[in-house]
Formats: sequence, structure tokens, C-alpha cells
Amino acid sequence: MHDDFKRFRGTPGYIASGPLVDAVNCAIALERPLLLKGEPGTGKTVLARHVAEGLGMPMLSWHIKSTTKAADGLYVYDTVQRLNDSRFGTGDVADIRHYIRLGPLGRAFAAAERQVLLIDEIDKADLEFPNDLLLELDEMRFSIIETSEEIRAKHRPVVLITSNNEKELPDAFLRRCVFHFIEFPDVPLMRQIVDVHHPNLDAKLLDQVLIKFYWLREQSELRKKPSTSELVDWISALLRSGITQDRLEAHIPFLGTLLKKEQDVDALRGYDERKGKYPARWSDLGPRYDQ
Amino acid sequence: MFLDLFYGLREEGVPVSLQEWRTFLTALEKGLQGASLLRFYHLARCCLVKSETYFDAFDRVFARTMRGVEGSFGDDVTEKVLEWLRDPKNFGELTPEQLAELERLSSDELMRRFLERLGEQTERHDGGDRWVGTGGRSPFGHGGQHPTGIRVGGTGGRRSAMKVAEERRFADYRTDRTLDLRSMRVALRRLRQLTRTGLATELDLDETIDETCRNAGEIDLVFRPPRKNDVRLLLLMDVGGTMEPYYEPVSRLLTALHEERGLREFEAWYFHNCVYDHVYTGARLTRAEARPTADLLRRLDSRWKVAIVGDAAMHPSELLEPFGGIDPRRAAATPGIVWLQRLATHFQRSVWINPDPATGWDGTYTTKLVRRLFPMFHLSVDGIAQAVQALVGARA
Repeated sequence: MHDDFKRFRGTPGYIASGPLVDAVNCAIALERPLLLKGEPGTGKTVLARHVAEGLGMPMLSWHIKSTTKAADGLYVYDTVQRLNDSRFGTGDVADIRHYIRLGPLGRAFAAAERQVLLIDEIDKADLEFPNDLLLELDEMRFSIIETSEEIRAKHRPVVLITSNNEKELPDAFLRRCVFHFIEFPDVPLMRQIVDVHHPNLDAKLLDQVLIKFYWLREQSELRKKPSTSELVDWISALLRSGITQDRLEAHIPFLGTLLKKEQDVDALRGYDERKGKYPARWSDLGPRYDQ
Repeated sequence: MFLDLFYGLREEGVPVSLQEWRTFLTALEKGLQGASLLRFYHLARCCLVKSETYFDAFDRVFARTMRGVEGSFGDDVTEKVLEWLRDPKNFGELTPEQLAELERLSSDELMRRFLERLGEQTERHDGGDRWVGTGGRSPFGHGGQHPTGIRVGGTGGRRSAMKVAEERRFADYRTDRTLDLRSMRVALRRLRQLTRTGLATELDLDETIDETCRNAGEIDLVFRPPRKNDVRLLLLMDVGGTMEPYYEPVSRLLTALHEERGLREFEAWYFHNCVYDHVYTGARLTRAEARPTADLLRRLDSRWKVAIVGDAAMHPSELLEPFGGIDPRRAAATPGIVWLQRLATHFQRSVWINPDPATGWDGTYTTKLVRRLFPMFHLSVDGIAQAVQALVGARA
């Protein structure tokens, strides 16, 4: 067995499933970007920070917006600053290199040690954006046209890319990635995740919280299902209000922390008015949750 | 057996390329699968499949090809697998060079080493796999806290790969059957045709520089209209009757379209069974909500895109005969088919989105007639993507 590459093994602050850890290591070993997809709020972005921490590498992040261009990640030639300097006689205008600012990808290449590079929410950018990065990610080098200088990666950065699935990504780009889909955590994993954020939570209360939470997620009328981060917020709200487990059995307080769409809140209010019953035991949720 | 996986995936329509196959084999050579079939499963999936919508297909193929490998990892399995490898296959779509490459990459040697390792696993539970074991036996297994404080969560560790594959948890992510709001939005995002029309409010930097140079350095600003989506969409929805079971998916489509801010203009109208003299602004089809269909044709020019959502299944008389409408109070002299024809000819691009499964379309007389007028697509994420393509894509 080859063990010649640095491996990610998870960190105390991040609960990663076995397959996720495997996918991260596969990407590191094959020197391919790791593409992460999953429901919003499943911890895609946070993972990068923990990968960096786990590997003991510095992290660079590049947050993509709808206006981001691929070239911005490599470098920007600050023409305005140069013009300004030339007019007011400040700075060394003769040397263009002073006005080349490396972008996140450029800095990751130029860095003296291996970096973890997070390209966050790649699907926010234009449809063609990922294709514009193919060559740079493949060969890990690019040229600065203005100075004819070549930036070549000293160490191939560990590249993590997240996508919220708002746009399809081009095939040519996908072929080069290792792909992992972060599944929504199942109940045992969710218990561990909650434990990281709210240690020493009363076991019975936690059960009630999770039963309600997973029940909500099962409701097909909901347009936006509550996610892990919303669950964590909800528990914070519950704890601060000092709620008891019996009150939670009968209804769902602080609905606003879980449901973010008006129609969804209305749908549940309608359920309340019809005197709909809320589940109190795992067996109420059907065989999938029976434990 | 390896190749069975490759071809199985391609047969199921998963776009696996040779490049990805090579990546997967490199990963195997590096020993990333350890000695566990479960990790082999995940490794194969993360290298070969690039969208969760294909996970279900992957599960099916994996379960099919690997059946018999799990359980006993004795000599007989090796024998069986080698037999598979020798089995001549129909390699239609690849060129001889690619085929040779494939054979070379997927060598017996690699297979043998993997099987050996699988064999080791049954003999030495702890040694075979050093960091994430199956069955929770290694220090990094499920549900525990490692002495050094490293935690690896998840239930995956305790299940077998075959169970994981056979569970088919990803069936909900298939885009050929399902229709969740999010993926529908992705499909609809392609509904755009960018054009520059309207007021010139955006500074055209390139042109400005060009013009300024022509002016010998005297600055000359050039403006242009911003690029905007030029798609106008008219949605006509069949409600009531046989459409009742499809209320949920149709309302999701409507929500997604309402939220699609990219559209230049969007109008939604309702009808029952077939479009006759009137269309309705509300789904209850009351008299107050009725507007003449002819108005639509007058008001909206031919560049509007039309999507009609309906099952197109009705009694032939309802489509073909005068006064054919099912509701006697709204009797209309013009047969429905004439109105459909008018819509189809007035607008340059129109599609029909049918919630019934495509297999039944040919069996219904009226559906067949409607299909002659409109290209028909299934009400699913894939179907909508194709419909969008038909509305704005290049003409075939």
C-alpha cells in the first residue's frame, strides 16, 4: 500500500463521514480538484477549513460571485493604480510588476509551501467560468502576459470546490474532478454533529428535537427543507428559552429558525389548524427511522 | 469485471469517459481502496460519477456487477472474476486504440491485487486496513472517539458495499423521474437568450479605448445597452380532472418560473382539458377570470415562447368537435384543435409538457394528435431541460 502522500483524517471540530474522508484523500493522492456538492447547510465550505487544519496547511479561499471571471483568480493588472502613480509621481511606474496583483489561485501557485485552496460556490459564476480554469488547474501554471512571467506551482495546491447546484457544470470540467456528494446526515451522525455544537444536551430533549426535525424534512409540501445549520440554531433558541421536553412533544416552537419561506410556515400553520398530530416517538416517523 | 462496471455505467447513460476510468485505475494502483469493498465502492463512485443524479444508476450497476464478489473471497471468486475478464464483449462504440488502452489499463494484474487485498481483509481484520475499517474494527471506525481525539462519523463504516448499493438511497436524486424545486430551477436557468437592446447605459470600455485612440487621446466615451435576457414566456396550464394528481409538480414548475428573475416577461394562464375560446387567470376558472384566447394571440407577438402543461388525454370529441368542451356552460363553437393549431402557428417556438409518463403517449389518440402540433416533453427535470432546449436552443 502506498502511503507516500499526506492524508486527511478529520479534525475534532468537524464530523466527516468515512466516504468523505476517503474522497478528500483520493483527491489529494490523485492531485485532482475535489468537487463537493450537497444540500445547503451540510458543511461544504467549513470542510475546507478543517482539511487545511487537519493537513497543517495554510488555506486560501476564493469566493465566487456572479461577476467573478476566471482571470481574476490568477492575477489582476492594476492599471488604475499605475495611471494614478504616473500622474502624481508616486511609486515605480516603470516596473509593471508592481501593479500585478496575484489572485487566490495565483497566490496558491506562487506560495512556498503547499496550500489548501477553496473555490467556493463555483456555480455562482457564469456557465463558462469552470472551463476557463481547466488549463490552469491541469497544468498548475499560467503566464502573466504583461510581464511575460510564468507562474508555476511549486507545490500543487489541494483544491476544494463547492457547488450549490444552481447551475450545471461543464462536462470537461467535471471529468477532471473527484466528486463527492455530501449526503444529508442520518440520525446517528446528526447526534454527533449536534454534540459538537451543543455538548451535554439532555438525551430525551435531543430525541424530541431530532424527531421533530426529521419529521419536518419528510413533509413533501415544504419548499425548503431545514438543514443542519438551521437545526443547530434551533437548538440554541430552544436552550435559551429553557424549553422542556414535554412542551416540545406537542408542538414546534421557534418555527422561524427552521423554516425560511412564508409558504412553508403557512403550510405548517395549516397543519396546526387541522389539528394535525406531531410525532413524539421515532416509530411515528415510519420504519426508516425505527431504532 | 472491472470492464463490466465501465460498460454497465455507459449502458445506463452515465457519462463515464476514458479519462475518468484512468483516474479510477490510478487510484486503485495507489491502493486507495484499502482492502474493503465498501471503500472500493466509494472510490469508484467519486472517480467515475460526477453528479448525484447518476448515483442511483451507479448503485444498480455496482450491485449487478459485484454480486458474488462479496461474502467469500476465496479462490473460486478469483477464478470467476478472471473468467469474466476473459469473456469477449461487444465493444461497439470505442475505437480499437481506445479498446487496447482500456484492456491495458484494466489488467488482470490490477484485478488480482485487489482481490488479494480483499482476501487479506477476511483474515486480518485490523491489519488489512489501517485507517477507516469496515465493521467498525479499526481505530477510525464508526461512532467512536479515537484516543487521539480524531473522530470519523458516519454509519457507512458498518455497512457492506453491497448493502449500500442495494439500498438505493439516491433514487430520489434521479432527474429522469423526479422534480424538486431546486433542480427544476437549474433546468430553467438555461431559458435565456442574451441580447443587447434598450437604452445604452453601460460603458463599453474596449470601444471607448478604440475611439479615444482614433481621437488622438481625446477621451470619447462609448456606451452600449446592457446584455439582458430577452425570453418572454407564456405558460398555459391544464387544471382539474385528470390533472388533479399532478397538482404538486405543476405548482412547483409555476413557482420556479415565478422565481426565475431572468425572464423578460412571464405570463401564466389556466385552462381545462384543452384551450378553447377562453383562458383563465386563476385555477378555479370562474367567469370573472376568463379572458378571450384571441386576445393572447393579438397581444403577444410571435417571439413569445409558449409552454403548455397538460396531459393531452381527453375524449376525441373534446378536441375535435365544435362545442366539444366538457363544460356545457362554456360551450365554444371553435373546436379545441383549431385553437391549438392557432397557438402553434402564431408562436415561433412552443412546447407541450406532459406529466403522464412518455410510454403512454402513443396509446392515447388525442395525445398523438397534439404531438403533431407541439414537440412533447415529460414533466421531469430532464424533460424540462429538453423543453427549454427546444424553446431557446439552436434549431435542429
